[in-house]
Order: sequence, then structure tokens, then C-alpha cells
Amino acid sequence: MVIPSSLKNCFQLFYVLKISAAGFKYTANRGLILQSVSSDVYQNLAVEDWIHDNMNLENRQVLFLWRNSPTVVIGRHQNPWQECNLKIMRKKNIKLARRRSGGGTVYHDLGNINFTFFTSKKKYERMENLKLVVRALKGLRPQLDVRATDRYDLLLDGNFKISGTAAKLGRTVAYHHCTLLCSADRFILSSVLKSPYKGIKSNATPSMPALVKNLFEEDPTLTCEMVMDAVAAEYARCHQIDHRITLINPADEIVFPGINNKTKELQTWEWIYGKTPKFSISTCFNMVYEQSLLEVKVDIHVKHGRIEVCNIDLPEQWLPPAMCNELEKNLIGSKFCPSETTALASALLRICPQNYELHSKWSLLCENVMTLM
Amino acid sequence: MFVSAASEVCSRTSMDYKELLRAGTTKEELNVPIPLMRICVHHIRSCGSVRFIKSKYMSIFDKSAFKFSHQHRLFRTSAISNGQIVQFKLSDIGEGITEVTVKEWYVKEGDSVSQFDSICEVQSDKASVTITSRYDGIIRKLHYNLDEIAYVGKPLVDIETDALKDVASEEDVVETPAVSHEEHTHQEIKGHKTLATPAVRRLAMENNIKLSEVVGTGKDNRILKEDILNYLAKQTGAILPPSPKPEIIPPLPKSETAPAAPKDKGTKIPIPISKPIVFAGKDKTEAVTGFHKAMVKTMTAALKIPHFGYCDEIDLTQLVQLREELKPLAQVRGVKLSFMPFFIKAASLGLLHYPILNASVDENCQNITYKASHNIGVAMDTEQGLIVPNVKNVQVCSVFEIASELNRLLTLGSAGQLGTNDLTGGTFTLSNIGTIGGTYAKPVILPPEVAIGALGKIQVLPRFNGNGEVFKAQIMNVSWSADHRIIDGATMARFSNLWKSYLENPASMLIDLK
Repeated sequence: MVIPSSLKNCFQLFYVLKISAAGFKYTANRGLILQSVSSDVYQNLAVEDWIHDNMNLENRQVLFLWRNSPTVVIGRHQNPWQECNLKIMRKKNIKLARRRSGGGTVYHDLGNINFTFFTSKKKYERMENLKLVVRALKGLRPQLDVRATDRYDLLLDGNFKISGTAAKLGRTVAYHHCTLLCSADRFILSSVLKSPYKGIKSNATPSMPALVKNLFEEDPTLTCEMVMDAVAAEYARCHQIDHRITLINPADEIVFPGINNKTKELQTWEWIYGKTPKFSISTCFNMVYEQSLLEVKVDIHVKHGRIEVCNIDLPEQWLPPAMCNELEKNLIGSKFCPSETTALASALLRICPQNYELHSKWSLLCENVMTLM
Repeated sequence: MFVSAASEVCSRTSMDYKELLRAGTTKEELNVPIPLMRICVHHIRSCGSVRFIKSKYMSIFDKSAFKFSHQHRLFRTSAISNGQIVQFKLSDIGEGITEVTVKEWYVKEGDSVSQFDSICEVQSDKASVTITSRYDGIIRKLHYNLDEIAYVGKPLVDIETDALKDVASEEDVVETPAVSHEEHTHQEIKGHKTLATPAVRRLAMENNIKLSEVVGTGKDNRILKEDILNYLAKQTGAILPPSPKPEIIPPLPKSETAPAAPKDKGTKIPIPISKPIVFAGKDKTEAVTGFHKAMVKTMTAALKIPHFGYCDEIDLTQLVQLREELKPLAQVRGVKLSFMPFFIKAASLGLLHYPILNASVDENCQNITYKASHNIGVAMDTEQGLIVPNVKNVQVCSVFEIASELNRLLTLGSAGQLGTNDLTGGTFTLSNIGTIGGTYAKPVILPPEVAIGALGKIQVLPRFNGNGEVFKAQIMNVSWSADHRIIDGATMARFSNLWKSYLENPASMLIDLK
């Protein structure tokens, strides 16, 4: 039997999965619904990358459903220092990920569903996708007041944002993904999505803060599973394909050859922080040392996540100028990152004159500079 | 004369005369009829214009055919050619979008790009778009800076290219091969699309080559023209001798790759040609920055200290047993008990008797400061590299307290959240390199300290006991280094013996525990 090359392309993979359905091969030609079994944001983002790079979507559409453990996801061209509270995130072990699509910052947890609509570039149509989601929700609960805005958000009761959108267009493939708040932790959401960092000047894409609400708050009988199922059913109906959700494991190299490399890349510091567009921090803070208040002015320029320019203005002679210069000089080229700075500052202390007062002043200064990171 | 003949021919093919002369980079493919080629080549030779024209027929041969001939020093392959500059316009993105913001450039002026390479990333209304090149060539101009607005339909970059044929159409139909021969529809390798430009695919088809048999060396395993040529060279199996004239030789490969005709029966066995091993790796240089720069400074200062070493082996059989008994007790209290707390406490007990090992000297070694606190550092391997947090005031801590503090430091260390207080103020260091492996080491003292110990791995070895019988012993090696300016071998040896005796007979620690 001659299998058309377009089918052979990736669907050999799915023959590996034990799916027995007479109609499968036929409808696989036109569309697929996938759901990830993983809640690791990097693995799930890698699936999007993999489908974007490897699947031939000329005559085919794919819907991908996924949920993540607590993570903040920033857009491709955003600045994490500007968008979220990295300090709280570090303390609470909330991950940070940078996706490849544009748009703003969102908080994911298991109460948030992500939908990714894969199409060829020609069939890229975000509004249609959102209308599909709205139809699915209304089909589930007709009394829900959900609608799409011209900014591609979904609003509940006209006021509350329950979904944000982002998209990525490649040479021949495009995808549009959106979130949907069902039962996410709103308290954590609002605390991590507020940046505590002051004095940042950047051309990175800013996020638009919005009031949010969970679908669950409107109707406590709704669960994530029900919503995912409803959207999958509506998608299947629209594209006339089998309403069958294929579960996929994003760590499976056999089904997705090369995916683990993609996952690794998404976790590197160079991708998450290093891709931040150039920015500068100009701010001042106060330090208390032995009952005196000291004002410190700091001007730091960061490019590719590393410090390019570093100026620290201290009160005259509080610290020997040589030591202050040493700190500034060594920070240049260093990652704009508190753990790197701590390690650096501690190592440098070993070769400074061993004087308790100097050491405590140095430690105080470094701790304060680190709060900017 | 040559000039008029060439110009006549050029006008027939409606190519610009100058372009014809100028044409030619090594990536080039010029589909010019043979007689024209001859005329033009001769003209070039006589003019002294230094361009090497490669036709797809000539390219089968090793370039060396043309390099070593005296008459042809005029011919150079040059990457900086004056080809045609094409303005690559920003194509339609969909949804009626007319303008986008340029967010990141992946190329800069002077870079060479292949078709399908990424050029830049633009953003429009929450959509991030990767713009890929339609041409092979060299980037000559970027029309926008970062964060500027780019317009659909207006030029994005200028690319210098010569092959009008290597252009992908606006419609991007390049995914479907232009050829529909049976062997060329098998484009997939394990679910991946075989990447190759239309020009490469045509070359392969004309030479009856299956793309699936060619190893691609381009980005994403893309098959480049060079790969087809290498494959063909393997097939012909011959390195042709340098010819005196750059004659246009008819397509040899076709006849040679044709299946062995019956008349070839009885010819000699082809001599296997050893292919030169090509290693495509490149050296990578990067600046030493940040924490590594600080380490350079620290280690440079450390090696100014005259080190001496002293090593010994410790029989931990009894300690191993004791730890097994105490582990569950610590577990109940929520603390993981390793061997380190014992090593650390024993070291502190030893330092009480030999305080010079817990001292510090100033820069010119004029004053010694005997430190009151035993802040014992534990070397830790993290993402940053080697960091040494320390347990403060071990002299007043119990083994359990040391264990729980170690737990805290380890957790913070692996999360990259250690503070300056944890990382500074150390007076003595132990490095448990044995967890990774090794027996003896030569540790480097961390200034401003004066001594350091490296612990090897615990091995089960046969030893003799008091009755002359062989028994199974748990042996660990320790390697000390000390500052010979203020510490002598005898002091180090005695300290080591004391430390060893505490560990070999843990009960003896009870007498001196504070």
C-alpha cells in the first residue's frame, strides 16, 4: 500500500500507540487531539516545539491539551525581573519558564488548562479558535457569560479575564495557545505576578495586568477534566475528526525523537534569563550599618542576562574605593543572578584584607545588591 | 575578438555582461551553456579578472585541479563577490497584520545565510514570528534596528546572492519536491523531513541520487550541495589529475554512476580511496567571568602559600557500625545523618589541641591570628562550581546539631540560595571528594585559612587485626595540606593522629566532648 508521504511523516509514531479504531487512520489525516501526561512545563513546551519543527500541517490540524505544576511563564521577549516576583518564586519553588510565543506573563498551576491549536501558517486564525472554546464552555454551561475580546482575551461576566492568548509563527507552521483559569490559586497568582523590582528601564514586551477569576468560582461543579473534554469534543466536531484524545508522554524519545534536547534547552539559564532584551536598573536603597543610615545608588546594565555595566555609588570612604571597584569590576560579565553574585562576593572576600569591619560592610553591601536580582 | 563574442553571447542570454564576469562564489551554480562558458572563461583569463566560475559539471572535480597549476594563479575562489543584491521583503504574516516590531536579530551584516536559516524574530500583537531566509547568500544590510517597527511588503534585509534559481517562491511550495520520481518521494527519515533546497534536490535527481542515502551536514541535518558532491566523489572513486586548462568536461558522473554494464566485466578491482577524515568541530573561546573570575583570583592567591601534604588511612569500621545505629534516631528528628558530622566534630576536637591549624596569617606573614571559633567549611559542588559553606562554632555544637546544619546548607546550596553569611568566615575546611570518587588528593588551601583536608572514598579492604587475622575493614584515606610557613610536619601529623583516633574509636570522643 502506498502511504502518502505526508501521513508517513509523523503518524508512524502514533501507530506505536495502541489505538484501535477503524476510522483512526482516515481522520488522522485531518486532525489530532493530544493530551500530555506530564505536568512539567519544560517538557510540555518542548512538545509544542517538536510539533512545530517536525509535523507537516499542510492539511492537518492538531489540538494539544496540557497543564503544569506551579510555574510562571513569560513571553518570548519579556523581562522576568519586570514581570514577576522572582524572590517569592524561589522561596516557594515555583518554576520560571520562557515560551517561544509572544505575549505576556501568566501563572500556571494544575487548575489552569492550556490549549494549543496547531495549523499551517495559512490557516492561522486565532479568533476562530477562541470562539470554539467559548462554544464548548457554553455547551457545557449555557448560563456562563463568556466572550472573546478583540485583544484575544476571554472574559467572564464582562469583567474578569479567564484566558490569555499568545502565538508563534514559523515558516510553514503556526500555533496559537491560550490559558483557561478553572481552579487556579488566585492568591499565589497575584503575589507572583507583581514585580518588586524598581527602576527597571527596558524595551521588553510589558504585560497588561487584569482582574482574573476562576470558572470554578462561577460554577463549582466544573472541573478541569470536564472543560478539556468539552473543548476536545467541540474541536472534533468542527474539524470532523474522531473525538479521541491521544495521551502522550513528552519524555518519550521514540515517539518524539529529539524532544529531550528541546526540553533541556528550555531549562537552560541562557534561554530563560539570557534571552531577556537589554535593560538597565537605576535605583537607590538604604542600608543600616551600626545605627547610621546610608544611601546607595546603583546603576546596572544587563545584556543577555549578564551585567555589562555596573556602577555602585557609596557614601564617601565607607568602603575603601579599591574594594568597591573590585566588586564592580568582577560583577561585569557575571550573571545577573543572586547565587552567582553571592558565590563571587564570598570568593573575593578571601583575598581582601582580613578585617572584621570591612568584611561585614562588604557582606552588607553585597546582600543589598543581591536584592535587586 | 573575445570581448565582442562574449558580449554577443551575453546579450543572447540576456545576462548583464559585467555580472557574467563577476559571477561566481563557491556555492554557485550557473546554468550557462557550454560554449558560452568557454568564451567567458578565456575572456576572464585574458583580462586578469579573478573569478572562478563553477558550473555544475565542473564542480564534480576536486578544486585542486585548478589550484596548483601555474597558469591559473589568477583564479581565486573568493567569498566576497559582487553578486546581485536582493532585497528580501517582509512577507505577509496573516490576519491582516501590516506592521511588526523587530525583537531579535539572528544574523548581522556580513554573515552568510542558507535558505531556511532564521534571520530574525518579530512580534505583533502577542504573536512571535520567526522570519527565515528565502535565499542563500550574504547579509549585506539590516533595514531595522531592534525594537523598530517593520512593515509587511517592505525590505527587511538585503542579501547578496547570485543564483536566481535558489530562490524559494513566495508561496513557499518548497516542501513538496519539484520532482515526483519514486525515489524522491521517500524524503522522510524516521519521521523527519529531509531538508534540502530545490537546487540540491535537482542536483540529486539529475545524478540519480537518493536523498535518503546522503548524509546531511547542514543545520538540522540538512543536505547541502557539498554533501551531494561528496557522495558523488565517493561514487566516482577517483581523484582526477590537475588539468592544464580549465576545460569544460562533459558530465562524467552520469556515465560512471550508471549501473555496471556487462561490458565492465573483467575490469580491475577499484582501489579504495581513503577519504580524508573531516572533523567539523571548532574551538570555542569565551571570557572568564563572574564567579570563575573570582575563583581565578582566589586560587592564584592560594598557590602563593607554600603547601605541604600529609596523608594517612583511617579504619572506619567501628564508625560505620555506629552510624548505622544512629541513623534512625536522627531520621526521627528529621535529619539525614551522613559521616561528615563525625568528621567535622572530630576535627574540631583536634583543633582544640592544635589551635595553630585554625589560625590565619596576614599578607606578609607577620602576624598570626588564632581564631576562637571553629567555623568548619564543607566543600560543595553546585551549578556555579565549587562553593564552601561553613558550619559555625562547631566547638559548641553536638554531632546532631552539626548534621542538621549541614542538611540546611546542602538544601540551600543545591537551590542556589546560600547567603554570604554561610559562605564567609570559615577557618578550616574539609572536602569530601570521596563522594564523587578517588582516594588520595592534593587539596589547595583556601585563604585566609592555613589547612585543609580531602577525604577519599570509603573502601572495603583486607587488613590484619591484633591477632594477626585478616578481616574486612572500611578504609578511608585522608590527605591534608597545610601552610608550611607556620605549620610543621610534626604538628600536622599529630593532629591527624588525634583525629584518626577519634574516628577509629568513636567512644573516645565521649571523653573530650564539650
